[in-house]
Amino acid sequence: MDVLQLIVSGLANGCVYGLIALGFVLIYKATEAVNFAQGDFMMLGAFITLGLTNAEYMGLPFWVSVPIAILIMGVFGYLLDMLVLRRMFGQSQIAVVILTIALGFVLRFAAGAIWGHEPVSLQSPIAGKDVNLGGLVLGLDEVLVVIVTAVATLLLYFYFNVTKLGVAMQAASQNQLAAYYMGIPVKRVHSLIWALAGAVAAIAGVLFASKGSIDPSAGLLGIKAFAAAVIGGFGSLPGALLGGLIVGLIEPFASYYIAAGYSQIAPYLLLFLILVFRPHGILAQVHRKKV
Amino acid sequence: MSSAGDTAPVLSVKNLESYYGPIMAIRGVSLEVRKGQIVSVLGANGAGKTTLLKTISGVMDPEKGQVMHNGKNIAGNEPDRIVRSGIVHVPEGREVFPLLSVEENLKMGAYVRNDSDKIKQDEAMVYSYFPILAERRKQQAGTLSGGQQQMLAIGRGLMSSPQIMLLDEPSLGLSPLLVREIFTIIKRLNREQSVTMMLVEQNAKVALDVADYGYVMELGRIVMADDARRLEQSKDVQEFYLGVQEESQRGQKRWKQKKTWR
Repeated sequence: MDVLQLIVSGLANGCVYGLIALGFVLIYKATEAVNFAQGDFMMLGAFITLGLTNAEYMGLPFWVSVPIAILIMGVFGYLLDMLVLRRMFGQSQIAVVILTIALGFVLRFAAGAIWGHEPVSLQSPIAGKDVNLGGLVLGLDEVLVVIVTAVATLLLYFYFNVTKLGVAMQAASQNQLAAYYMGIPVKRVHSLIWALAGAVAAIAGVLFASKGSIDPSAGLLGIKAFAAAVIGGFGSLPGALLGGLIVGLIEPFASYYIAAGYSQIAPYLLLFLILVFRPHGILAQVHRKKV
Repeated sequence: MSSAGDTAPVLSVKNLESYYGPIMAIRGVSLEVRKGQIVSVLGANGAGKTTLLKTISGVMDPEKGQVMHNGKNIAGNEPDRIVRSGIVHVPEGREVFPLLSVEENLKMGAYVRNDSDKIKQDEAMVYSYFPILAERRKQQAGTLSGGQQQMLAIGRGLMSSPQIMLLDEPSLGLSPLLVREIFTIIKRLNREQSVTMMLVEQNAKVALDVADYGYVMELGRIVMADDARRLEQSKDVQEFYLGVQEESQRGQKRWKQKKTWR
């Protein structure tokens, strides 16, 4: 029974990591830049939902504010690419990386200035309730996190493999030049990818905030999600989710079976081992061009 | 094609100049492509052939000059607008989408189109020219052989339903047998689907064999322009691009002489 509960809570955390990692990989695959503000996107998505929902701010119903927050984060991602990152085109990748790190700081302090630096909790109807599955008592929040992540993953899978724009996004990330030659509007596709990463981050943020409290430095979770993306195989979308789940699962088990402090070390130790023995990650998507 | 000379040009490039950073890669190129023709542009490495095609297809912006297509100047337009206007660029080195299937690659070729019935017909047309692609339609493009990838690249270009196809080095890295096969298909596409072709090649023999008209580029300039048959007979082209060596009257080999246009 203990083990089952550990698994569920680990899976729930892992889903949040996985969704943030998905954002990393989406942007990396499309633009070859790493968005180190992805964790802060998640935090911002959570705070926007909180600002819309909580009684002391706007007091909208939870189910209304969630789609609005997802939309806002999508527009935020799109505009960020269109107005800022597109101007960095041709600069070195390091310049983009540093820009996103700086952006992360800006978002963290902006959120702190608006909503305060103390942990606050989202007034969500799913927090603090239990579901009883044949004697097994699980948090409703944790069960919902797993279900929502599964649905979001299925939708993304469908989007990337069936819709024309989704396949074009894949095409543009595999061979940008050829995408230009085929008349795919690559710049707009990049902005849409950023929009998608923003929206996914908002979903992750809502799920994260539903499981507990949130504060502006919650974005630092992004580092762990980054490790998850590398473990799963940077550049592979299923890999990002898998990596997230592995990191999520390894944490509670490490603290349960070894000692409390080890839950924070275990993911990075795994990252270290993966980098040594399987440098491209578990689900590597490596392709060499034929000449 | 004797009538080719009478029709108006569908593509005419006027005094085009393009730079790679500070380097002037094409230096005032002017040429014309008439409807239904195959026009070959020959030249050695670094002559500016690829840059010329990239500038026409909008991937590079010219510094000066015009690219007239159906009476409009398209120079400097975004590539997606140029594909929509009926010019497609089949790049050097195939450049397929490696992890997408053959079918998806073709679908991406038709990205700018919305006429799904006509797209289906065109897909069937591509498969009829390249039956091997039909066999492999579910296979990842990156796992195809070089020749099959070249066929896919041409097929993908056809899917945009182009008036003009810009072909960059379709013979690159292929065996002589495959080169002949690909060029036979290029000729057939030109005749049967009335796709006007502008072909850039280092392999002058095959390029002139299929062409109606030819240009020779050197260091970013057009140095010769003539009917393809006459160009094939020209002494300079024979020496420098076709590898024919002939003793001159004085017993010297002509390759010792300076090229006339330098």
